[in-house]
Amino acid sequence: MDVTMTVNGVQRTVSTDPERPLLDVLREDLHLTGTKYGCGEGRCGACTVLMDGKRTLACVTPVSLANKKAITTIEGLAKGDTLHPVQEAFLEEGAIQCGYCTSGMILTAAALLQENPNPTDEQIVTGMNGNICRCNGYVKIVNAVRKAAQKMRR
Amino acid sequence: MSGNISTKSLEAEFDPVLSRRTFVQVLGAGILITVTDGLAWAQRGERGGSMPVAARIHLNEDGTISAMSGKVEEGQGPRAQLSQAAAEELRVPVERIRLIMADTALVPDDGITAGSRTTPYNVPPMRQAAATARELLTQLAAKQWQVDAAGLEVRDGTITNKATGQKLTYADLAKSRDIVEAFSKNIRSDITVTAVNEWKVLGSPVLRPNARDIVTGEHKFPSDIVRPNMLYGKILRPPSYGAMLESIDLTAAKAMKDMVVVQDGQFVGFAAPSSWRATEAMEAAAKTASWKTSPHPSSKTIHAYLKEHAETGRGRPSNRGSIEKGLADAAKTLSETYTLAYIQHTPMEPRAAVAEWNDGKLMVWAGCDGPYRARGDLARLFNIPAEQVHVIIPDMGGGFGGKHSAEAALEAAQLAKAAGRPVHVRWTRAEEFTWAYFRPAAVIECKGGLDAKGSLIAWDFTNINAGGAAIDTPYNIPNTRIASVGSDSPVKQGSYRCLAATGNNFARESFMDELAVAAGADPLAFRLAHLENPRIRTVLETVAKHFNWAGRRKKVTLELGVGLACGTEKNSVVAACVEVGIDRKRGEIKVHEVCEAFECGPIQNPANLLSQVQGCIVMGLGGALFEEIQFEDGKILNASFAGYRVPRFTDVPRIDVHLVNKTDIPSAGGGETPIIALAPAIGNAIFAATGVRIRSMPMRGDVLKQA
Repeated sequence: MDVTMTVNGVQRTVSTDPERPLLDVLREDLHLTGTKYGCGEGRCGACTVLMDGKRTLACVTPVSLANKKAITTIEGLAKGDTLHPVQEAFLEEGAIQCGYCTSGMILTAAALLQENPNPTDEQIVTGMNGNICRCNGYVKIVNAVRKAAQKMRR
Repeated sequence: MSGNISTKSLEAEFDPVLSRRTFVQVLGAGILITVTDGLAWAQRGERGGSMPVAARIHLNEDGTISAMSGKVEEGQGPRAQLSQAAAEELRVPVERIRLIMADTALVPDDGITAGSRTTPYNVPPMRQAAATARELLTQLAAKQWQVDAAGLEVRDGTITNKATGQKLTYADLAKSRDIVEAFSKNIRSDITVTAVNEWKVLGSPVLRPNARDIVTGEHKFPSDIVRPNMLYGKILRPPSYGAMLESIDLTAAKAMKDMVVVQDGQFVGFAAPSSWRATEAMEAAAKTASWKTSPHPSSKTIHAYLKEHAETGRGRPSNRGSIEKGLADAAKTLSETYTLAYIQHTPMEPRAAVAEWNDGKLMVWAGCDGPYRARGDLARLFNIPAEQVHVIIPDMGGGFGGKHSAEAALEAAQLAKAAGRPVHVRWTRAEEFTWAYFRPAAVIECKGGLDAKGSLIAWDFTNINAGGAAIDTPYNIPNTRIASVGSDSPVKQGSYRCLAATGNNFARESFMDELAVAAGADPLAFRLAHLENPRIRTVLETVAKHFNWAGRRKKVTLELGVGLACGTEKNSVVAACVEVGIDRKRGEIKVHEVCEAFECGPIQNPANLLSQVQGCIVMGLGGALFEEIQFEDGKILNASFAGYRVPRFTDVPRIDVHLVNKTDIPSAGGGETPIIALAPAIGNAIFAATGVRIRSMPMRGDVLKQA
């Protein structure tokens, strides 16, 4: 089927098997490789994208469900050279080790702060808990999300 | 943007064919390093000294400096640290360094990235190379001005004649004809490098140079490499360990549009324009396959199996005094067995590679720890000279010792050869769980003897299957017998963050606690009474003070325990105090707090070291409390994140890290040893609260329900 999505503000149409994961279409058809494969079972959050602004796990989302939707991937989060506050905060806090989980972490945090601009640490921990970091850099990631919240409230 | 030559630019500018021209394109005009030079120093990296400065340092005309290392960045921090090392000795800000890593066409063979070796064995040669380069550049300036080099000063990449005020920048000298000859001189291993107390770049917190590319999604990990006309590959896997393919019908798969099907003995692979279609073909073919299976033991009885299959003769023990006499003389003896499960590294990025053939030459981008090792494996598989294989390891998504092998590279290259097009292979999570390798399981047998005064006089310690890392006791005991004994592991096992040191330290530090109880002593006092090593004493006393060990030990209840442990490995030392909450009815163990002190000599990048220690602490929780590979009939029963629990945000305790900066010894690596104190400290805290000693990793809370 033909699937038409607005990806990072640009309308894209792909002709594809409707069952294919959105993740595969983003990576293999559109070459947007910032969204990562981590588990294929929706349990690690590496594939997180925003679909109509909502946090969505692209590895378990058939691409047909993305038809006529707006998708934001990590490549579309910054405005030109101006980073999103969550991206800035990850840099400032050094909340990166191998960096493979980072795209998913940043988009999850962006969605979380959209819904709750003033989260407690406990709410950050609960809200981020679907994302795994195997470098186990959780301490600095929580610091970064807390700092991003402060930046966004300013 | 990025402070480095990105994979993207290498991809765009590199012919797969290795040539002088491509090298110069990437590095910019300046020094010419020929391909034959490159091969001459290919095997010498870690030994340093015997290669030209040009093998490590290249001046770019824009004032930046390329530095070259065979190490792989996988989150442990060498990209920042090696950049700092070069910047420090060249007297330039770290932003001026463009570090090129793990590209067999450009960098020396620095061995595989493992064993915390980058800091002790690769930072020094980088510093020597940069210091030699600075010396040679100063001499060139002196020659141009016809003055004595002693009257020149180097600061911020500019050489100044203090008498006349004349200046020359590195970029100026990069254009001079003399530089080619100068940088063809060997790196001096006897050159004086900057003393720790004069460090300006080393010793300061430096962010990973390509961090911005990570947060924007620009960085290309191995699984992100896209080549023109590329196909996606899938490999048929056996249904169980040891299963052999007897027959398969590939007709249907071969009939699929744009499908490449390869069968070569047991290797059956498929490549298609999408991984979805390659998977469809693979699954269709799998239904027609018949396999000869073989029996395989269960993880439920693995420890008995390992003991049964242990090498006879108990290895070659290292002895001190007489263990027989020590045990015979003891007023009290204890004997216990500890066990460890197999666990998996589960790096966030599974194995991945892209392979491309051009005129019989092979170009591979892969996620593995050894670019030169992978090159050798590929050359052997295809029976071609190693020089015809070019391997690049883009900064990859984690490893933790689990990516020493380059299976995906070999698979992608086989498919690409048949397809005549580039092929991408990325393992699924289930494949990574099943077909990579595991940290070894172990059975560890301990005997100890105390004299009438409660001093430890006998120590008998045998590790079956996991290995000898950190197996020697740091405690002062007159009679010891310590042995590492091999066994016949029924599953593929290999390296892991600190490997056997975690298990050996778990058994040793738990057993020390048991002996302290038997001696009627406080666990801290008991350890200190037997400990001479001043470095371990320092970290132990540091955590005891910050955690308030003495005060909090008095407040232990049935629901709240505290424990401590220490250890040494890879020339670094660690100690931890933990507080654990226990719900016996529910069988729940929750680590509330970890206070850890770590010392690995002079700290080169405190921000990264903190990340490593925090990461080790949380990763250590997984192996301590819940990670365990389960298998039956040759199948992994929990080959997914649903079945195999790893630490998440909600598992993270309060973490208080104390980095001890010891400046009078050489720096050691810091990415592994901080993991070894966690499990025993937790086990000791559980015992302190409940009186139940859990002698197996993972330490499952349900044991407490029954006990």
